[in-house]
Amino acid sequence: MNGRFSARSRDNTKPDRQRTASPLSPRRGGTGNFDHMLRVALPIVVLAFGLAIWEAVVRIEHVPPYVLPAPGLIFHTLISDWALLFRSLLVTLATTVEGFLLAAVGGVGLAVLFNQSRLVEYSLYPYAVILQVTPIVAIAPLLLIYLPQPLAVLACAWIVAFFPVLANTTLGLHSVDRNLTDLFALYGATRGQMLWNLKLPSSLPYILGGLRIAGGLSLIGAVVAEIAAGSAGAGSGLAYRIAESGYRLNIPRMFAALLLLSVAGIAIFYLLSLANYLALRRWHESALDQER
Amino acid sequence: MDKPTVNQSGSALVALRDVSKAFPNGTLALAGLDLEVRTGEFLSLLGPSGCGKSTALRILAGLSEPTQGAVEWPNAAPQAGGESPIGFVFQEPTLMPWASVFNNVMLPLKLQGVRTGKAGARVMAALDRVGLQDFSRAYPRELSGGMRMRVSIARALATEPALLLMDEPFAALDEITRFKLNNDLLQVWQALRTTVVFVTHSVFESVYLSSRIAVMTARPGRVVTELAIDAPYPRAQNFRTSPDYAALCRRVSDALAQAMAAGAEP
Repeated sequence: MNGRFSARSRDNTKPDRQRTASPLSPRRGGTGNFDHMLRVALPIVVLAFGLAIWEAVVRIEHVPPYVLPAPGLIFHTLISDWALLFRSLLVTLATTVEGFLLAAVGGVGLAVLFNQSRLVEYSLYPYAVILQVTPIVAIAPLLLIYLPQPLAVLACAWIVAFFPVLANTTLGLHSVDRNLTDLFALYGATRGQMLWNLKLPSSLPYILGGLRIAGGLSLIGAVVAEIAAGSAGAGSGLAYRIAESGYRLNIPRMFAALLLLSVAGIAIFYLLSLANYLALRRWHESALDQER
Repeated sequence: MDKPTVNQSGSALVALRDVSKAFPNGTLALAGLDLEVRTGEFLSLLGPSGCGKSTALRILAGLSEPTQGAVEWPNAAPQAGGESPIGFVFQEPTLMPWASVFNNVMLPLKLQGVRTGKAGARVMAALDRVGLQDFSRAYPRELSGGMRMRVSIARALATEPALLLMDEPFAALDEITRFKLNNDLLQVWQALRTTVVFVTHSVFESVYLSSRIAVMTARPGRVVTELAIDAPYPRAQNFRTSPDYAALCRRVSDALAQAMAAGAEP
C-alpha cells in the first residue's frame, strides 16, 4: 500500500521494555535472588542480635521493669494488653487516615486553585507557609481549647500533613512539559481539559511523593495532639495510652504502645510506596528499574 | 534581496507577510520575514541555529503572535473549536508518558470532540501509516527514539491536517533511523497530498525531502533565498547517491554560505 510505512521497515532499534523494580527498592537494580534475600535477612539478623543483647543485659544486671523492661516482657504486655492497645491503635489510625485524606484533598485542591488563579495564590500561600513553619506542638494546646478533642486531634493531623501535598502538587503543576502545553493549545484545549488531561497526570509523581510524606506526618500530627491533650483528653488513642502509662510508671505498656505506633508508621509508608509503584510503574522513571 | 522565482504550481495556503518578532528580553528573532507556503508543497526552512526558524514555525501554527506583520490564510483561516488544519511535530517526540501510544495519538481528536468510536478507527489508521499498528497498547517509555518520533508523527496525522509543521523532528536521531524516517515521511506526504513545512539545519536532509527550500539567515531572522528542488518524486535511496543530488546539495550549500555571509555584514 502506498504511503504506508511497511511493517518490516521499522527502525533498527528494538523497543526496550524494561523490567520493573520491586516497589520498595526502586533505586537498586536487582542482582538476583541472593541479593534480595540478603536485603530481607540482614536487618532481621541485626534485630534478633540487638534484642538478644537487650534481654541478656536486663536479666544479668537485674534491671527493674520500670527502668527498662526486657523485650520478652514487652511482648508479653503487648499480648496481655492487646484488647486495650488494639482499640487505641484503631482510634489513632482512624484519626491518621482521616487527617491524611483531608490533607490529600485539601493539598491537591488548594494547589489546583492556586494554579488556576494567581490572585488566590498570592493571597493565601503565605498563610499556608506560616501554618507549616509554626511547630505543631505549640498549636495543639490552642486547638484543644477551641475545638472538641477528637476534632482538635484531626485538625493537627491535617495541618502537619497538608503542606507537603500542597507544595509538591504546586511544583508538579508548574513542571508540565511546555511543548505538551503548546500542543494542547494548538488543538484548542479548554482550561478544564488542560487541567484534567495534562496538568494533573503530569503532576501525579509529585502528588504521590507528597502523599508519601503526608502519611507519616499525619500520624505524627495525631500523636502530638493526643499527647498535648494528655490526661485532660477523653480520647483513648495510642499516644494517650503512652502518656497515661508514663504517669503510672507502666513502662512495659509504654514500650508496647510505642512498638505498635512504629509498626503503624511503617505500614503506612509501605502502603503508600506500593500505591506509588502501582500508579507509576509503566511510565515514570522513579518506578522503573535502573538496569536496561 | 532578490528572490529567484520558483515553481508556481500551487496556490498559497498560508503566508507570512513582513513578520517581525521581538521577545520580551529584547532579542529580535525575526524581522521583515516574507514566506509563502503553497498548497501541496514540501517546503524546508534551512538555516543556522538561532536564525528564528522555529519561531517562524510557531507563528505559522498560531502558537506565537508576530510583533509586526501578519499571518494570512487566503482560503480559510483555522477556526477555534473546529478541527485543526494544522499538525505540529516537535523536535522531541513530546508524548504524554502516562498514556499508551493509542491514547497519545487519540489526543488531538479527543480535544476536538471527535466521537470515541469514530476516533478509534482514525487513530488506528494513523498508526498504520507509521507502521506502529501493533504497538497501540505500548507506553512511550517502552519504545525506541525512532518509534517515539513515529508516534509523534501519527498523532500529527490523526486530524488529517492540511498543513503539517515539523520542527527539526529527526535532529536527535541516529543517521540510519533518520534516513529511514525521511523515506517514510516522503511516502506519507505523497499519499496524503498534505502540505509540509519542515525546519532543519541539514542541507542534505532539506535537499532530499523538499520541493522548495527557503534559506534563512540570523540576527534578525529572515528568508534570503528560495530555491526550487525540481528532482522528481518519488525519491528513494538511489537519489541520495546520485550526482544530481550531490549537485543540488552543493548549490544549496553555496546559497546557505552566501546567506550567512550576507547576514554577518552589518
